[in-house]
Amino acid sequence: MSDTEPKGLGKKRTLVLIVIAVLVLGAAGVYSVQAFQRYQERTSGASAAALRDSMPEGDRIVFRNTAPGEGYGSMAAVALNAPSGQRALTDISCDRVAERAGLVSCMKTRRGIPTTFENDVLDAEGNLVETLPLPGIPSRTRISDGGLVATTSFVTGHSYAAGSFSTETTVTRADGTGYGNLEDFTMMVDGEELTAVDRNVWGVSFVSENEFYVTVASGGKTWLMRGSFSAKTLTSVIENAECPSVSPDRSRVAYKKRTGLGATVHWDIAVLDLKTGKETIIGLRDGFDDQLEWLDNDRLLYGVPRAGELGDSDVYVIDARAEAEPEVLIEHAWSPSVVRTAG
Amino acid sequence: MYLSLSDWRSNKASNTSRAAQVAFKASPTVIALGIVSMLTDISSESVAAILPMYITGALGLSMIAYGFFEGLNQSASALVRIAAGYAADQTSRPKPVAVAGYGLSMVARVGLLFATGFAGIAAVIGVDRVGKGIRTAPRDAMIQQASQPEHLARSFGLHRLLDTIGATVGPMLAFVVLLLVPDGYRAVFVLSLAVAILGVAVLVLVVPNRKLGAKPLPAAQAHNSPAATAEEPGRSIRALKFKPMLRMLSRGRMGRMLCAAGLLGLLTVGDGFVYLALMAHGTMDYFWFPLLFVGSNLVFLLLAIPLGKLADRTSRAAVFVLGHLALALAYLCASGGGSLIFIVSALAALGLFYAATDGVLAALAGQLSPEGSVSTGIGAAQTVVAVARLLSATGFGVLWVLFGANLALLGAAALLLLVVPLAWYLLLGKSSQPAEEN
Repeated sequence: MSDTEPKGLGKKRTLVLIVIAVLVLGAAGVYSVQAFQRYQERTSGASAAALRDSMPEGDRIVFRNTAPGEGYGSMAAVALNAPSGQRALTDISCDRVAERAGLVSCMKTRRGIPTTFENDVLDAEGNLVETLPLPGIPSRTRISDGGLVATTSFVTGHSYAAGSFSTETTVTRADGTGYGNLEDFTMMVDGEELTAVDRNVWGVSFVSENEFYVTVASGGKTWLMRGSFSAKTLTSVIENAECPSVSPDRSRVAYKKRTGLGATVHWDIAVLDLKTGKETIIGLRDGFDDQLEWLDNDRLLYGVPRAGELGDSDVYVIDARAEAEPEVLIEHAWSPSVVRTAG
Repeated sequence: MYLSLSDWRSNKASNTSRAAQVAFKASPTVIALGIVSMLTDISSESVAAILPMYITGALGLSMIAYGFFEGLNQSASALVRIAAGYAADQTSRPKPVAVAGYGLSMVARVGLLFATGFAGIAAVIGVDRVGKGIRTAPRDAMIQQASQPEHLARSFGLHRLLDTIGATVGPMLAFVVLLLVPDGYRAVFVLSLAVAILGVAVLVLVVPNRKLGAKPLPAAQAHNSPAATAEEPGRSIRALKFKPMLRMLSRGRMGRMLCAAGLLGLLTVGDGFVYLALMAHGTMDYFWFPLLFVGSNLVFLLLAIPLGKLADRTSRAAVFVLGHLALALAYLCASGGGSLIFIVSALAALGLFYAATDGVLAALAGQLSPEGSVSTGIGAAQTVVAVARLLSATGFGVLWVLFGANLALLGAAALLLLVVPLAWYLLLGKSSQPAEEN
């Protein structure tokens, strides 16, 4: 760049600027139109998954259907004894979904200016019981046997230059009453109260109507904490554990354990025996990032995004023992929730 | 107070007193840089608005690990900012440094199209922030150089106005795209890249590559020849070497200014907390939360130029310091209650605060920097403020948890009211008399 540039913007520069503007904005416009067309095809064509007309009777797995085509993003269900078989689609659209105790918790994004988020609580027939506004992006939801609904959302700042985000985890009943934000509970780490500012709470898993497990994070550390609604306390159980999931027989808790330090983030599965306190690590080559769900007392489910296919994912199953290998259980699925009708 | 104000006005530059006499002409370079910033902000804020949804919704990752990269990025960005200002001063050429900064952020947009893992996303964001850190100081040095000295704060106000328009339009654009194409994150990224390329093109093609220290063009000439390059008439400005630069930053009026700005920054807890406190009264639905930011931005847009003008006519230092009274008012309103009057007043006060301090700080730092150290001076002032605000946000969070939102805000307002006179003394008091400097 020289000091002796021509006076004025100059015809040549103006022309170059106009050409660049037309080229880049034109290209972006064309791409946007194509993206719109692709979206239309993806959501209106035949589903990439095999469909059935009626909801499966008895025990089932409900999930978010991510198969391209009709019903993309909707809540779907497969029979528990034929999880890889045909799925029934609902017209309920959810980002995260859980079903238990005759209630469905459906966390969803409402597109608009600005985009907002909400949690729809529905009954087993799909009728809306209550809509609860969410302060941020849907992340985790679970329901207790007695109908307590737990949700975790990510609350982000306006700008990633500020880079601030936090989680908000609330537990409410379908009628809107409940225990509010778990961040207001008293938190104890190894006998000392945790008063740090950057406390974040996420991923509730219920033991009973009064007890639950949850993740608490502060200062780059995470803890598995046991919570009590009546005492309004959270008490640390073990360090480095996220997104707990209590087994159906209540004897174990499975969670994400962060392994591998530095710039890469990698989580393996860990299972904690609540009686013996023994922690079993199940190493995963590709890692995972989801709240585990127990298929039964021996097997775990989790979602994995498909590489190279944005917005599509599969649900994997893995034995809850060391050296186990995961395999795909439900294709084009996300956010699995096992619904047991008996006992 | 006004005695010391008028004393201070009679400093060697005495630019402020002349502001009323010299007609303001918006420099084409300042407007061009404003458009560059507007395009760049449309580009970055459109991505910022949807990135969390993209990470969680489309990539299926949790946001948790995102936090681990934060501290690192923040501190890297602050260091880079001073370094880039220093580099611009040493080479006497801010434009190539600014181009590098804007270009780096543009490259980050390309990376966004391909990054799908956490490490990839984190790297892209890191590169973008480094770019942001690099470009700010040299760009403000270019604004300073292209502006009439009498109307420096007004020129910065004009630039920040355009910048903020971009920051407001960006998220809206992204939400419109997602409304039409619900999973159209990539379309937003492509649009963002296109706008970023356009911004860099305007910078490269329209903004002149002038040597620092070159006398600003006479207004009339500048008006007629936007891309004119002032030939240096045999005068060359030597950049300060490292040690004199440090001395310049740590002593005298510049040192006191950095000290005052840092002190005030320590009580600037961030508008996010003000919005959260307003939300905490429970009178507003979550739906309104993102719109609070738009509200204070609108006030900023209305006031950025008038307050720059006021600063030029009276005293930049005074407007900068007193602007923090508006911040104290915003704290008080936010802690006052959730009724409409408190919400509107808090947003208006916040907008007023940013209008009185954002561009004015750059103008003040530029004015106090000796020739050959303008980029470093501005970069240092912005870094001091940014770091102080970061500390403030962290510290304030503790108070928030311990005492609750309202009491914490009241405390911050009270401390601010104590620090404002101190900052006034540092910047405008007896010891700040220019005679001592020269």
